[in-house]
Amino acid sequence: MAYSKPKFKDKYGNFINGKFVAPVGGQYFDNTSPIDNTLIAKYPRSQKEDVDNAVAAANAAKDAWGNTSVTERAAMLNKVADLIEANLEEFALVETCDNGKPIRETLNADIPLAIDHWRYFAAVIRAEEGSATELDANTLSMNIKEPLGVIAQIIPWNFPLLMLSWKMPPALAAGNCVVLKPAEQTPSTATLLLEKIADVFPPGVINIIHGFGPEAGKPLASHSGVDKVAFTGETTTGQLIMQYASKNLNPVTMELGGKSPNIFFNSVMDEDDAFLDKAIEGAVLFAFNQGEVCTCPSRLLVQEDIYDAFMERVVARTKAAIQANPYDVNTMVGAQASNDQYEKILSYIKIGKEEGAKVLTGGEACKLEGELANGFYIQPTILEGHNKMRVFQEEIFGPVLSVTKFKDEAEAIAIANDTLYGLGAGVWTRDAHQLYQIPRAIKAGRVWVNCYHAYPAHAPFGGYKKSGFGRENHLMMMNHYRQTKNMLISYDKNKLGFF
Amino acid sequence: MEFKRIAITEKAIKVLNKLKEKYGELIFHQSGGCCDGSAPMVFEEGDMYLDDSDILLGQLEGVNYYMNQDQFEYWKHTHLTVDITEGRGSSFSLEIPLGVRFIIHSRLLTDEENVELNK
Repeated sequence: MAYSKPKFKDKYGNFINGKFVAPVGGQYFDNTSPIDNTLIAKYPRSQKEDVDNAVAAANAAKDAWGNTSVTERAAMLNKVADLIEANLEEFALVETCDNGKPIRETLNADIPLAIDHWRYFAAVIRAEEGSATELDANTLSMNIKEPLGVIAQIIPWNFPLLMLSWKMPPALAAGNCVVLKPAEQTPSTATLLLEKIADVFPPGVINIIHGFGPEAGKPLASHSGVDKVAFTGETTTGQLIMQYASKNLNPVTMELGGKSPNIFFNSVMDEDDAFLDKAIEGAVLFAFNQGEVCTCPSRLLVQEDIYDAFMERVVARTKAAIQANPYDVNTMVGAQASNDQYEKILSYIKIGKEEGAKVLTGGEACKLEGELANGFYIQPTILEGHNKMRVFQEEIFGPVLSVTKFKDEAEAIAIANDTLYGLGAGVWTRDAHQLYQIPRAIKAGRVWVNCYHAYPAHAPFGGYKKSGFGRENHLMMMNHYRQTKNMLISYDKNKLGFF
Repeated sequence: MEFKRIAITEKAIKVLNKLKEKYGELIFHQSGGCCDGSAPMVFEEGDMYLDDSDILLGQLEGVNYYMNQDQFEYWKHTHLTVDITEGRGSSFSLEIPLGVRFIIHSRLLTDEENVELNK
């Protein structure tokens, strides 16, 4: 079954103070689909004035919103989940059109996961409690969690609705108002969401600003009217946002890059069974979402005594991946999100070859026919080399896997940790000791053990090292959006006696 | 003969000059990983806090080009050419509103260059 490009309006607005509004300066930019490089619609090219308006609306709404009951807030979050679910297919189709990822992923992963994150935080705030401690017979220390106020959120283009749904629900659940800037490559599902949920929250609680990083993102990240900045993106921008936040003494959370190792020990090939089949798929997951995932398992480490046999199956499975029209439900690999991504990935494949990496499969752009000829497709590529090569050290953000072999556990750990990043890792083994000891030795915030690329709500996610800090998708993210009011209460009728 | 780690194409110079006219003094900073990463970013001079951990690779049309030293360790055997392509990053890099994006083409340093630059 194949879908086709969905219908859009000619142009869309920002969502400020409960309604869609045109940008103050009247400027728009063209948003195109990477599937065929055709126009989707015009979106606001917002400037500082638009950001000011959104931040002002959020500030006007924050006191009332911060005092709503958790019952009310949970009900609203659940309503958002229900509205996305009722329109799941429409969201999936728009996401595929805007980002280029295959419809089978948006239908079965992006949108269902997004829905669950709203429900998770609706549930969390009904179950969690503050704390109180009796410090002595007459003194009670009571901790009340209070919202920060207004949260600025800047999200990337690789999972547009899902990244929004990682960021917004915990901030709203904690009682904050939000000003969110979607990536300019993928403004569509955020807009569709606001069309569906425009009346769910009081005006000013949710605000969406479209536009470019230097014109809209920077004024938002550096705005003195926001109380916290949450960012997912790349490292240099992360450093700049931290700088801007330091001027306002604002807290930040950062989810940045990765170069995640996926480690396969020899025991995975002890049997030719369902688990081995799962392990082979686990290695090929580098091509999931065209490799445009911060945790892309882009460094494959295979124990030397199974290397040849294992790689033969990984290469065969990679070659079998269907790369075709992303609107077709059978398509497994779609388009890269933009032309500059496409160019960058090809330039990495080139330097990989120059550095002496051997191409095991792929290694080139993928030319599709007809309307898709103008889209941005790259063949899933496997490069064999060593960990000091640039293709092993830099995040390519494409369907490019760099593979090397290791001798023993010590070497596997050494290679795995020889990276600037520490976001994700995968460990595959049938050995019960390795199952525990290897993940503990890897410096990364998420280690998948005998699985990969699962992102359930209720499992905290975030980076070590240059991959950032903060833990999303979990109750603990709520505390990144709150501060603690300690009330120290004396029930003693007697004075101190000093004066 | 003088060896250089970096170069820039004519097309990229045109964009850089346009940005200089609008913003004044600029710097390049080679970004790290994730969505819009592993790409050169151009900022107004003074916007980004730089210190000893940022290695100066050279100058392009009077614009300093920096890279973090951790990253430099993995890059220092390669020569970089800044080019421009159509596209849209979502970072704070100043060329983005023009609908173009700076990108890097890399090649290995020759033996001679390597001896001279990484001695």
